Amino acid sequence: MTLQAPAVVPPGGSFEGFAAQLPRAFEWLRRNLFSSSSNTLLTLLVLAFFFLVIPPVFNWAIADATISGNSKAACTGSGACWTFVKLRLHTFLWGHYPESELWRVGVATLLLVFFSVPVMRDNTRHRGIYLLLLLTVFPFVAAVLLVGGVLGLPEVDTSEWGGLMLDVIISFVTVAGALPLGVLLALGRRSELGVFKFLSIAFIELWRGVPLLTVLFMSAVMVPLFLPHGVSVDRLIRAMVAFTLFNAAYMAETVRGGLQGVPVGQEEAASSLGLGWWKMQIFVTLPQALRIVVPGIVNNIVDLFKDTSLVTIIGLVDLLGAVEQALKDPAWLGLAKEGYIFTAALFFVCCFAMSSYGRRFERRLNRHRTGAP
Amino acid sequence: MIRQVAKAFTCLAALAGLFALGSGGALAQNEVKSPTLDAVKKRGQLICGVDTGIPGFAFQDSAGKWQGLDVAYCRALAAAVLGDPEKVKYVGTTSKVRFSVLQSGEIDVLIRDSTHTLTRNTELGLAEPAVNFFTGESFMVRKALNVAHVKELNGATICVLTGTTLELNIADFGRANNIKINTLLFEKPEEAFAAAEAGRCDGYTDDGGSVAASRSAMKNPADWVILPELISREFLGSYTRQGDERWSILVKWVHYAMLEGEVLGITKANVDQIKGETKDPETRGFLGLEGNFGKFLGVDNDWCYKIIKSVGNYGENYEMYFGPNALALPRGWNELYTKGGLQAPLPWR
Repeated sequence: MTLQAPAVVPPGGSFEGFAAQLPRAFEWLRRNLFSSSSNTLLTLLVLAFFFLVIPPVFNWAIADATISGNSKAACTGSGACWTFVKLRLHTFLWGHYPESELWRVGVATLLLVFFSVPVMRDNTRHRGIYLLLLLTVFPFVAAVLLVGGVLGLPEVDTSEWGGLMLDVIISFVTVAGALPLGVLLALGRRSELGVFKFLSIAFIELWRGVPLLTVLFMSAVMVPLFLPHGVSVDRLIRAMVAFTLFNAAYMAETVRGGLQGVPVGQEEAASSLGLGWWKMQIFVTLPQALRIVVPGIVNNIVDLFKDTSLVTIIGLVDLLGAVEQALKDPAWLGLAKEGYIFTAALFFVCCFAMSSYGRRFERRLNRHRTGAP
Repeated sequence: MIRQVAKAFTCLAALAGLFALGSGGALAQNEVKSPTLDAVKKRGQLICGVDTGIPGFAFQDSAGKWQGLDVAYCRALAAAVLGDPEKVKYVGTTSKVRFSVLQSGEIDVLIRDSTHTLTRNTELGLAEPAVNFFTGESFMVRKALNVAHVKELNGATICVLTGTTLELNIADFGRANNIKINTLLFEKPEEAFAAAEAGRCDGYTDDGGSVAASRSAMKNPADWVILPELISREFLGSYTRQGDERWSILVKWVHYAMLEGEVLGITKANVDQIKGETKDPETRGFLGLEGNFGKFLGVDNDWCYKIIKSVGNYGENYEMYFGPNALALPRGWNELYTKGGLQAPLPWR
C-alpha cells in the first residue's frame, strides 16, 4: 500500500467545489487502498481492527474516565481514573522539588528554551555561539539554579529531584558530555599515534562490552566501596558519569562511521593546502562526517533518553520510578494501567518530538545536495 | 638493678591500668562512642534507607510525603537523636543495592522490610538490631472457593512472582502435607493481579503485608479472603553496619521504645497528660523523668517521650498502615507478647 499525496480540497471551497473533488477522492482511494484484491483485504482488515479496538479504548480513556475529585472514591466509572495522574502530576514531573522553589525549575526550563531555540531554528546567525552557550554557560547557570546553596537560594538536595525533570537533566548532561567525548574518541581511534589509538579502542570496547545496567550497578554499588569511608559522591552525579561514559563509546562509533564516509580525497586535498591535522579535522573532515551521521546521533539520543528510566534500579526516581512509587500508595492501589499509559504517552511525545526534529535537521543539512528549497 | 627497674615499671603499669579502668568506666557511663551517632548529630540529619515503594512499609502519599511503618521508625530514630522527626533524608533503595548502600556508609541505617537471616548477619557483615514486622508467606484466595486453610488448597493454582523463595516454600509445604498446589509465574505484581482477576488462578501468594496490599488492589476486595496460615518465616527488620555496636543498640532500643509505649498505654495523644500526672516509676523512667536511660544510649533522657510524641507507639502505627482502614491485615504475630504475639520489649532497667 504505497500512499500518495491525497487530493487537495481548495480552502474555503463551496459544496460544488467539494462535489467536483469527489471523483478525485474516489480515484485516490481506489489507487491507494483498493488497488488489488490483497490491498482491499488488508484495508478491510485494518478497518475492522480499528472498529473493534478504538471504541473500547476511547470509552475507557475518555468517555467513561474520571478526572475530577481528590480521592480514589471519585473514580466510580468503568473508565480510566485520571484523578490519580492529576493529583500526582507534580511528582511525575519534578519529583519532590519543594513547592516554594519550583520557580527555579521554571526558570531553568525557560533558559533551556531560550538557548536551544536559536540553535534549532532554521535561520539563525551565529548558531555556533548559541550552541557554545547552550553547552557551557547554560549547564552552569541551570546547576546553580537547581542545586542552590549560593546567592541566597536555599539548597535543594538532589535526592529531592525526580520525575520527568530527572530524565531531561540526565539526558542533557549525557548528550553535552558524550558528544564531544565521542568525537574525540572517534578521532583517536583513527589516529596514527599508537597510544591514542590504543587508548581509544580500549575505552570504546570496554564500555560497549558491558550492559548499561551493569554500569549503573557499578556506579551505585561498587564505586562507594572504593571511596574512603565517609566520602560519598552524589548518586545522581555517579549516574550521570556512568551514562556519559557509556554513551560516549556509542557516539564514538557512530561518528567513526561518518569519518569513514568522508572520501579520502578530502583529507588529501586539505593537507595539500597545508592544513595541519587539527585544522583538517575541524574544518574539512568533521563537518562532512557529522552531517552524514545525524540520523545515527539522533538515534543515540532518543535511545539514551529512554534509557534514563533505568536509573530507577539504583534508587533514583525518574518519571517511571515516580509512577511506580505512586502505584504503591495504599490509597491508590490498582491503577497501574493509568500510570503506565501516562508514562508511555509522555515518553512518546518527547521521543517523537526529538526524532521529528532530527529528520527536519537532516533535511536542512542536506538541502545543498538535493537542491530542494 | 634491672629487676628493680622492672618492678618499678610493673608498678607503674598496674597503676596506669587501674587509672585507665577507672576513667574507662567513667567514660562508658557519660559518653557513648559511636561514629554513626556522632556523624548524625554533626550532620543534623538522619539518612535512612527505605524501600522505593511498598504499601504499608514505605510509600509516598499524594502530597509526596513518605509514609509507612518503616518510615515511622526512621522518624522515631531522628526524634530520639535529633529531637525532630522531620530531620530525615530518605534514600529509596532497591532490593539489589540496599546492603551495599549501607555497607558503603551512604546511609546510616536500613529499615526496608528486609528479612533477617543468618547469612546477612555473617557473610554480609551486617548487624540486625530489631525485627519490626513478623510475617511469612501468606495466601489470598477467591472467596467462592470456600477454602479456610492452606492445607485445603490441593489442586488449586496460585499466581506467584518469579525470583523469590515463595515458589520453593509452596513446593516444600506441598511435600510436607502431601498435597499439590500448582503455580503460575509472573514477573510483576500487577500482571499477577490481572491474571487472578481474570480467573487464570485461584489465588495469589506473597509476604503477609504484600498480600494484604494486593487484596485492596483487586477490583472487588470483598471477593477475596486471606488465609490465616503463614507457611514460612519472613521476619523483617532494621539493618546497621557491624563495628558500631552503640549505634545498633540505639536502633534496637528505639524499636523497644515504640513497643514499650504500647505496653504502658502511652499514645501520641495522651503522652503529655501522662507525663504530667504519672507516679508509676516504670512510666517515669520511660519518659525520662527519672533515671539515666537516655544517657546510656547517647541521647537525651526524654528520648522516648520525643518518639511517642512525634510518631506514636507501635500499635498506633500498625493501626495506621495495616489496620482495618488501611490494608486490613490482622496483627497476628505482631501483637504484643501480652496478647499472644511475638513483639516483646525488654525491660527498662
